[in-house]
Amino acid sequence: MAQDIWVLGTHMTAFGRYPDQDAVDLAAAAALGALDDGGVTISDMDLLSCGTLFQANAGMGQQVQKQIGQTGIPVYNVSNACATGATALRTVIMAIRAGEADLGLAIGVEQMGKMGLLAGGARKEKNVYEPSGRFGAVMPIDGILGTDTMPGVFAQAGMEYANDNDGVGFEQFAKVAQKNHAHSTLNPLAQYQKEFSLEEVMGSPMQSYPNTLLMCCPTGDGAAACVLVGEERFATLSREQQSRAVKISASVLTTDPYVESGAMQPDVNTLTRNAAQAAYEQAGVGPEDLSLVELHDCFATAELIHYDNLGLCEPGGAGDFIDRGAPWRDGDTPVNVSGGLISKGHPIGATGVANVYEVATHLRGEAGDRQIEGANVGLAHVIGLGSSCGVHILEKSGI
Amino acid sequence: MQIPLVYYLVLGDEPYLQANECTNCGARFFGRRNACAHCGHREFKPVRVSDTGTLRTFSIVYRAAPTIPTPYVSAIVLTDDGTSVRSNLINIEPDPAKISLGMKVKLDTYVVGTDDDGQEAVAFGYAPT
Repeated sequence: MAQDIWVLGTHMTAFGRYPDQDAVDLAAAAALGALDDGGVTISDMDLLSCGTLFQANAGMGQQVQKQIGQTGIPVYNVSNACATGATALRTVIMAIRAGEADLGLAIGVEQMGKMGLLAGGARKEKNVYEPSGRFGAVMPIDGILGTDTMPGVFAQAGMEYANDNDGVGFEQFAKVAQKNHAHSTLNPLAQYQKEFSLEEVMGSPMQSYPNTLLMCCPTGDGAAACVLVGEERFATLSREQQSRAVKISASVLTTDPYVESGAMQPDVNTLTRNAAQAAYEQAGVGPEDLSLVELHDCFATAELIHYDNLGLCEPGGAGDFIDRGAPWRDGDTPVNVSGGLISKGHPIGATGVANVYEVATHLRGEAGDRQIEGANVGLAHVIGLGSSCGVHILEKSGI
Repeated sequence: MQIPLVYYLVLGDEPYLQANECTNCGARFFGRRNACAHCGHREFKPVRVSDTGTLRTFSIVYRAAPTIPTPYVSAIVLTDDGTSVRSNLINIEPDPAKISLGMKVKLDTYVVGTDDDGQEAVAFGYAPT
């Protein structure tokens, strides 16, 4: 049996826009915050893993070392779409389990600025048509053979669920965003902290039906970090450190297995179901045991289908689940009490670490106004299209 | 002179889509594969995909790159022989009230652009039947 891994310290910057700082500044702030929070220093770290997507070839981990301490430890720079942060965490977890490290630092960071719509590349017509690329296309096919844009792809994922299940439509998807905007008003780290009525959500400018503007996550900047420790080293720590530490009772990363439609419409369901099932087995808990869930609501349509994928509702019952208020902070299973990607923000590389930060903060009882009382088990989920899914289950320290 | 938008659209009197089908498990792929993503087998044969199918899911896209006309309806169609195809829905109003999941659709083609040599690019979409 591999040794248990604990989150010893964790920190995140507020998500938002930082025109006067670069990604290295943000990552360094998150890293130092996590080290301080754990009562350790960079000199205690045996390895560092740093996740960023848009600056994946920048040697971000080494740049952070120049800011916070060049101790010569191995650095793993990772990139895995929106699962980048979860991958950074898992890299440290695997190193500790492999016996190569006792303590490690995982950082996720992204500086996106106002980069606008992702994957909506400009169309550049050639003067003379010549087939190129895998499909022999004579011009970019986005917008002709369906959509490559993220709001559209995830809209289709939601509408596919609506096709297969009763009681799911525009209003159910909109209710998800209404909830997350409301939740974000209690989170001072959220990029937006404004409540909207259901009518306002449904009436905001349509991006890709059924996702309106208020049902889409923003671009933004931010960073988050976690210091992780294996149980052997954990046993030597102070009682205060041990009691604030949060146990990682499951850590899983999956990719998308073959399904017939997968090459046309990315399947975000099967890999999430596989990851969730493996995580529940690892942790020895079920969805009914979860005090809170931070899941990958890049779009409102995505959150709704993940209620089902993570087993939070009855099979096919995601529409009813949101209709009866179950994922609200006072409901059966609070989901995205941080405000979620939709309102807390989604600096891509930071997200998979930031949601572990959020769950850990609740399990420690340190979440302030947004604290879920008595939280003892929580789940963090991310999806990177292409695809990868990370699921972590965290448990409160019993010490 | 006409040229298909993508290799897997075969032009002619009755244009159709052509997939590469795994000779072991029957999984179909548009575009080349080195081995089957489903079973790992390395032999494929070209097959003609059914022209008719049903609407599996859609989105009405309002926000796109500046040069792409909006709104348009992006769709995944499940053909009657069980192959998923991504394309636009055509000859239909981009209005959720006019589009129903599961509706019957049929492959159609249209000229999507002309180059400086007068060559026409032909695209495909699915229209309600």
